[in-house]
Amino acid sequence: MISLQHVWKSFDGRQVLRDMSIDVERGESVVIVGGSGTGKSVTLKHIIGLLRPDKGRVVIDGVDIGSMKEVQLNQFRRRFGMAFQEGALFDSMSVFENIAFPLRRHTKMSEAEIRARVEECLEEVHLHGVEKKRPSELSGGMRRRVGFARAISLKPEILLFDEPTTGLDPVISDVIAELITEMDQKLGTTTVTITHDMKVAFKIADRVAMLFNGQIVEQGSPEEFQRSTNPIVRQFIEGRADGPLTDVD
Amino acid sequence: MTAILDRIGRAFLRTLEQTGLWFDALWRTLTWLFRPPFDVTEWLRQMVRLGVDSIPVVFLTTMFTGMVLALQTFQGFQRVHAEQFVASVVSLAMLRELSPVLVGLMVTGRVGSSMAAEIGTMRVTEQIDALKALATEPVQYLFVPRVLAGFIMLPFLVVLGDALGIYGGYLVAVKLMHTNPVIYRQNTYQFLDMNDVWSGLIKAAIFGLILTLTGCVRGYYTSGGAEGVGRATTYAVVSASLIILLSDFFLTKLLF
Repeated sequence: MISLQHVWKSFDGRQVLRDMSIDVERGESVVIVGGSGTGKSVTLKHIIGLLRPDKGRVVIDGVDIGSMKEVQLNQFRRRFGMAFQEGALFDSMSVFENIAFPLRRHTKMSEAEIRARVEECLEEVHLHGVEKKRPSELSGGMRRRVGFARAISLKPEILLFDEPTTGLDPVISDVIAELITEMDQKLGTTTVTITHDMKVAFKIADRVAMLFNGQIVEQGSPEEFQRSTNPIVRQFIEGRADGPLTDVD
Repeated sequence: MTAILDRIGRAFLRTLEQTGLWFDALWRTLTWLFRPPFDVTEWLRQMVRLGVDSIPVVFLTTMFTGMVLALQTFQGFQRVHAEQFVASVVSLAMLRELSPVLVGLMVTGRVGSSMAAEIGTMRVTEQIDALKALATEPVQYLFVPRVLAGFIMLPFLVVLGDALGIYGGYLVAVKLMHTNPVIYRQNTYQFLDMNDVWSGLIKAAIFGLILTLTGCVRGYYTSGGAEGVGRATTYAVVSASLIILLSDFFLTKLLF
């Protein structure tokens, strides 16, 4: 369903992705892990077409989105829901308006239907009584959840999560991880998550892939990944200061 | 020497790049203006923000400019016994030049800067990426309502500025300098032409487009966190003000 084929991407002469390839099957939940600055967010932005590869292809259901015009890509993006690192909620709008935003722009739903759908989305992320609040009045965990609610409002086929637990305490991180699993199962979406939180990765993934030096260096089920003898994976899972990951820098 | 040439070359290339981005944004704004969905509520919101909310600033600026202009010209013209021309000078200057330029610059300071800061903050907090991810073209959602508001509302503000400036001049000339009010009123309209009014309004519409588009473009290409937002805001005001003042000369040459 999602296929990144030999993708290369650089910024200001710095090569971020080098011949990177990964496939994600329909309904699968793939978590891409890796250290800071290894290109995880860049990978996610390629999948939704926010970035275009310098070389290589990003194919979604047989369609190369890298060659699409911006107008076509806009239409195509309605199949996606993306939750950003800090929520990326529109701070000029209330929680209700944030979740209603895609519904108002892309559907012909009545105000009553929009209200019902917003309530349904908030229910999915276990939030109540926050509709009138502004994003600045919410805690970090709540902002992420409102971001999730906005991402699922158009009932997407593909959900993308960008570092969903960064900066949250371990308990809230676990709550978020459970929520992602629950949403994934309930909505039957294809999910790609990027994180460096291994606990979260093992909890929500059908498959874990490790990104290092612009390439996928290892992938497998959470159990296979935990048993991996690859020194890069071992260092990352064990969180050691010395090893191949730190030698590069 | 090489270092100086290098700096000049870089500055030239940067200016060329910024000009290219500005015209590209203008073209994209024009093309997205005619594509649905038409977010009329957002258009009106921006018109209120740019137009209605700027009335107090326009009131003070143009009223006092008209008053100062009358005071200065009265004292100058008195030396050559030409006080009767004060009214014509005030009205012509306000309509053709002062009101459009002053309103343009004041609204740049008030609204152009806040547009750059708002859109710049959206850029650094990933809200612009979120717009795209929600299948919404940022140019259509952010640029179109703001540029349209500038283009439509600035002429209205200039009409208000014209009236207030002329009235300010009248107050000084009649109440302070004891000029005959009937003659002053007569002289205000005597040498006026409809072209004086239209040219001021055309200038206003173009200045409105310049100040809003510059604010949007500067904000949209912000990078570097809070510092970048601050830089974008400053550049938005400086570059929009400069473009307004430079284009004013060429527009005046073209329109008269």
